[in-house]
Amino acid sequence: MTAFFQSLGLSYEWAWTIATLAGILIISLLVMFSVAMVIYVDRKVLGAIMMRRGPNVVGPFGLLQSFADGLKVFLQETIIPSAANKGIFLLAPIITFTVALAAWAVIPFDAGVVLADINVGLLYILAISSMGVYGVVMSGWASNSKYPFFSAMRASAQMISYEVSIGFVLVCVVLFAGTFNMSGIVNAQQGFGLGVINAYVVHPLLFPMWVVFFISALAETARAPFDLTEAESELVAGYQTEYSSMAFALFWLGEYANILLMCSLNTLLFWGGWLPPLDWAPLYMVPGIIWFLLKTFMFFFMFSWIWATVPRYRYDQLMRLGWKVFLPMSLLFVVLVSGWLMLTRYGV
Amino acid sequence: MIQAIAFYFFATIVVGAAVMVIMAKNPVHSVLWLILTFFNAAGLMVMVGAEFIAMLLVIVYVGAVAVLFLFVVMMLDIDFAAMRAGFIRNVPLGLAIAAVLLAELLLAVGAYNAGGITLGAPDGSAMQAADVSNIEALGALLYGRYILLFEIAGIILLVAMIGAIVLTLQPPKLGARARQDVGKQIRRRPEDATVMKNPEIGRGVEL
Repeated sequence: MTAFFQSLGLSYEWAWTIATLAGILIISLLVMFSVAMVIYVDRKVLGAIMMRRGPNVVGPFGLLQSFADGLKVFLQETIIPSAANKGIFLLAPIITFTVALAAWAVIPFDAGVVLADINVGLLYILAISSMGVYGVVMSGWASNSKYPFFSAMRASAQMISYEVSIGFVLVCVVLFAGTFNMSGIVNAQQGFGLGVINAYVVHPLLFPMWVVFFISALAETARAPFDLTEAESELVAGYQTEYSSMAFALFWLGEYANILLMCSLNTLLFWGGWLPPLDWAPLYMVPGIIWFLLKTFMFFFMFSWIWATVPRYRYDQLMRLGWKVFLPMSLLFVVLVSGWLMLTRYGV
Repeated sequence: MIQAIAFYFFATIVVGAAVMVIMAKNPVHSVLWLILTFFNAAGLMVMVGAEFIAMLLVIVYVGAVAVLFLFVVMMLDIDFAAMRAGFIRNVPLGLAIAAVLLAELLLAVGAYNAGGITLGAPDGSAMQAADVSNIEALGALLYGRYILLFEIAGIILLVAMIGAIVLTLQPPKLGARARQDVGKQIRRRPEDATVMKNPEIGRGVEL
């Protein structure tokens, strides 16, 4: 895109700036649109599993339900509790939302279709997702209310715990790919399994790591069965209790943008990203972005499927799973993977 | 042009936020300003081409250390007036530390400008090739020339971690409530815990 703006007679610097801003705008709009559609899918899947109809009134098949909801919260009044710490109270949803969008900068949607193709892409995602906890903690504290505060403490402990095992899982993938660059990781998966399958997940050392990553992704985004931060029976609505109108909607949208991000990370790191499932020429006729979206939405379907089927964990079970099962397991697998690679790829 | 704008943007925020860390009345605000400082310092590091260090700064300091900081500060029941009472008494100490830091900075920059040490030539031979990524360059140094120091640092951290665990680990007290046995909980089936009865109308149930 930089080249296009340069052809309009701009200097490289300004062409780059405008191209980047345009890219940010396009990606944000598309992510927001897919978030709206994905919320609809989520409710529809949940309805189908519970043998209800789900949203079916607004627009054909209820497709416009999310936009109607968006309009509704937009027109509502923003209520700020009098005991709240006003500045931080308003800053928290903004941080959650911004951070959820910022991580998309390094996600490659197709070969070369990426806003920032940086060397440390995976570390950038890790860094940005570790910022996400501040939105929750700040909202919980600034609300100056019991339940949001409990929820914020739960959320931050949960996010930090599962980030640790996610980190080790990512180390395994990076060891195989030999790069932190997201496009590089996807390209390294071409013909990985027996020379025909474009996915890391088929490797016996990486399949358990994918399972760990998928479950940790559920915990990291506070989805069921790990949605203890919003456990209605205990905490009203968790850290969002005191929020209303657009501030609440920003949390909601940010949460779903994060879920989509985790789904696309599953796709990129373990399932071959924009590459077709098999390394077979006719499959490459389908544009890469179609494969990417198909895989990502498959994972989103699994997220809502799990939401509808699995009961909520107890908090001590959640902590036990994170620290006593996933952490030792992923540590062991880092050792195994590096040993395996030394043996097979680099020679002893 | 854009680099200059970005540099002054980050630098202004770093300095401003750092001042606000000590000026803020509420300790929680102080920690939040500190986080802003870290984050923008990472921006400055990206600008000098140290993107790996920048990401590590965000992951380690913003993502982990500052969260714990924030936790502790939020949990404390702080009396703001009492905290500010000792300000005058502590000023000389604070100024002394600031002076030491400033002197060290000036020394380091002066030495660098005087050409006392050659940066970027760790083994005395040539500079790292420009096309090598940050991570590779750092890895080659850490696992090559400085492997001994690196491992010693790792062992010191391990000892510190074990020390912290030993200090907080309490042996189960005699007569205290039994500890949770997760395996036992998972093995428990509905049949072990419940009895199905089909009582006749008007009769009670005997268990």
